[in-house]
Amino acid sequence: MIPRPTPQKVRIRRSMMFMNAQKPNLLKDAYIYGVDSIIMDLEDAVAENQKDSARFSLFNALKHIDYGDTEVIVRINGLDTPHWQEDVRVCVAAGVDGIRIAKCESAADVHAVEDAVAAAEKEFGVTPGRTLLMAALESPIGIMHAYEICTASKRLFGAAISAGDLRKSLHVKIEQGGLEMFVARSQVVMAARAAGVQCFDTMWPNLDDQAGFEAETLQARKLGFDGKSLINPRQIAFVHQTFEPTKAEIAYAEKLIRSFNAQQDSGVGVYTVDGKLVDVPFFDDARRVLAQAKEIGIYHGEL
Amino acid sequence: MELKHEALAGTLESSDAQVTVRPAAELTLDIQSSVLNQYGRQIKAVAEATLARLGVTSGEVAIVDKGALDCTLKARIETAVYRSADLSAAGIAWGVLA
Amino acid sequence: MLNAVKREIPEAVLAGRPVYQGKYARDGQRLHKAAPTITQAIKPKATKLYASLKAACEACGAHDGMTFSFHTEYRNGDKVAALAAKVLIEDLGLKDITVAATSLGDAQANFAQYIENGQITGVQTSGVRGVIGEAISAGKLKTPAVIRSHGGRPRAIAAGEVHIDIAFLAAASSDEFGNASGINGKNNCGSLGFAIDDAHYADHVIVVTDTLADFPNEPAAINAVDVDAVCVIDQVGDASKIATKEARMTQDPRELMMAQDVAKVIAASPDFKDGFSFQTGVGGPSLAVNRFLEQAMTARQIKMSFALGGTSKAICDLQDKGLVKYILDTQDFDQGAIAHFASEPRHLECSLDQYANPGNKGAFVNNLDFVVLSALEVDVDFNVNVVTGSDGVLRGAPGGHPDTAAGAKCCIIVTPLTRGRMPTVCDSVVTVTTPGDAVDVLVTDYGIAVNPARPDIIAQLDAAGIKHVTIEALRDKAYALVGAPDPLQWEDRVVAVVEGRDGSVVDVVRQVKPFTF
Repeated sequence: MIPRPTPQKVRIRRSMMFMNAQKPNLLKDAYIYGVDSIIMDLEDAVAENQKDSARFSLFNALKHIDYGDTEVIVRINGLDTPHWQEDVRVCVAAGVDGIRIAKCESAADVHAVEDAVAAAEKEFGVTPGRTLLMAALESPIGIMHAYEICTASKRLFGAAISAGDLRKSLHVKIEQGGLEMFVARSQVVMAARAAGVQCFDTMWPNLDDQAGFEAETLQARKLGFDGKSLINPRQIAFVHQTFEPTKAEIAYAEKLIRSFNAQQDSGVGVYTVDGKLVDVPFFDDARRVLAQAKEIGIYHGEL
Repeated sequence: MELKHEALAGTLESSDAQVTVRPAAELTLDIQSSVLNQYGRQIKAVAEATLARLGVTSGEVAIVDKGALDCTLKARIETAVYRSADLSAAGIAWGVLA
Repeated sequence: MLNAVKREIPEAVLAGRPVYQGKYARDGQRLHKAAPTITQAIKPKATKLYASLKAACEACGAHDGMTFSFHTEYRNGDKVAALAAKVLIEDLGLKDITVAATSLGDAQANFAQYIENGQITGVQTSGVRGVIGEAISAGKLKTPAVIRSHGGRPRAIAAGEVHIDIAFLAAASSDEFGNASGINGKNNCGSLGFAIDDAHYADHVIVVTDTLADFPNEPAAINAVDVDAVCVIDQVGDASKIATKEARMTQDPRELMMAQDVAKVIAASPDFKDGFSFQTGVGGPSLAVNRFLEQAMTARQIKMSFALGGTSKAICDLQDKGLVKYILDTQDFDQGAIAHFASEPRHLECSLDQYANPGNKGAFVNNLDFVVLSALEVDVDFNVNVVTGSDGVLRGAPGGHPDTAAGAKCCIIVTPLTRGRMPTVCDSVVTVTTPGDAVDVLVTDYGIAVNPARPDIIAQLDAAGIKHVTIEALRDKAYALVGAPDPLQWEDRVVAVVEGRDGSVVDVVRQVKPFTF
């Protein structure tokens, strides 16, 4: 039994990599590539008649393999399947950090999973509240309900947009520039920020189209996402470099905080940096940037 | 746990193991492995411990190992046994398996 | 007797050889070179063509107890070695034959039966795979096989420890007089670097080709002054198996990650400067190092003076981009490299003697800055095994591994931490083929370890912010994942001797005992 650190609701989640929970080769050491979170998949990657096998595989992997600081999340089967409740039990018993609710459409869906998680924590003697949740929004109604979903549970650390099914429901296909997903993406970012949780962009399915992948990743960062799902370790490096603060951003954040501290000490009420007036949210953002840079290990200053 | 009918779990892919169980009067264990020379003893020990924990006291158990880790081997044996007893879909006593 | 890599070598096996005492232990010692005894051709004769290989063998005095040699530049597609053995053993009915090979594999699968029948009684090779390895490991060969590196082989030949009666040298083209090469034929293999030393030291040389060229077939790798006979056969090698079309750059994220780390280690060295020299293999991560090295060279605006050893199209591409001054080529791994060898004047043929022989006055490996090598196993003393599998069966080739490791300023081993369940990093390798005193850095998918004997490299990595751990930490990680392996069970009988490049004994391989619960 490998003890896992207590899951942290707020942490770096630039990259979340999917892997089939019943493939021994993947389970063994997907963490070596330095991904922030791995998502062991009990849903689409696992054939209907192997759902049982995948749970045993997942359970034993988590009990015997040291995933270290890599966050371990499990994508459970949809609430409209006969599988999800046993999925929740195995996740909690195995001590996963978080559960990704597939096809989440309402606060009620979150509550249903939350109740099952709480019951399982009790059953298996797991610290109550330990197991985190995240919601995958993959239908128009899920997107419309983004805010109520993001505020449905204290366990919920974020929401991910999952575009595969969503595009079908919207009668659109992948467009260069991401026009077809623009509103949905923005809605998820808006809801997550309003609720104070994180948000994650969908995965890029076409491994051979590196340019398309890079363009979509850059767009997700510009829209305000915290990170992106991915399907191959090859994609990690670009996602990380895209979602981490740039040197210029870190330097500016440092300057902001320093001048805030200096000006606060001298009792100034209105803050100016580089001759420009700055408001309180500027400083909050600067603290966030520095905290993130520290966590990633690219900022070694004293602030 | 009582084996009711033949059941199989796992694959013959590298790093996996395929486990077949079927009811029989006595407990027998057949092990083939690509890493027999260096891990045969451990494979046997894991298989015996897993079967004992599951309370399997009779039946034919055949393992074709392709270099599976202990945790994979254990998972495949558990799946095959639970499947054989028609108990693999829900209500697994996860707390006991650890 | 215990040697410097802590292996107990039975006295009977030594047969006058010293045990391994360190990578430079025999530096400066005197060596008497053995010359062949040849048949003079004074009376003019326009052709050395023979109607059949059998007739050529008879003319060259084939006899019971003889040693024949061949090269494996045609790799898995070679047809000449199998044919030569058939002619000697089946057509001429000869007994007690010793094989002196640059490697042995599926292309020579018929040898396994000859070994089993007791017709082939001795094997000297730089590699052994497939059914031949299985036969030797099962104790079928009368005398222990001798495994030598690519540099150790020409040393042993020059020292007279291996005396070749007849060398059968496959050539892509030859004239009737015996000027032969690996190009200009129907089935080209490119460099004939593996064949050149045999031509100089064998008593008799038979060139076997499928393309007869007009005299003089120049430039020739094999010079007619060394050739007794020329035979024409339908096909010297199966083109599709000679080499892949192009050794493909891996897309495996694990291999790419390791390759990138290797390039980082190289780039952190003060020897990574304009005019540096480099060798790498064609295994997944090794080949991919070329790609990341190109990026680092371009960024630093430096060029490589020479690339050494087995050659793939990837390194040829670097030369075409102006990043590599010379390629010194011992063998070609793909069709792209073969074509490049034939057309590029600074892509040169390199014999194994020039390449790696410790018994000459300075081989190219002594001038090598970086070499990147793979491994089946590495132990906590940095000893490397590339010759026996985890079941103890012979299935690998030292090739130039021990030579380049000992010669290069920095030897980097790149390998995944585990293969399936087998730990690559372990307490003690099954067989030592490259002693740990020649190995400097280990790059795995779980981290980098530096030989403590190289504090300079440790300092370089620290300065560059490249994380590294102890090799014991890597072993512990491997064992935590797959479990500590049980030791293999052996019979007493020694089936192979691993000879160091300097002629000392590094290790022995014993007969495998079948596993029982």
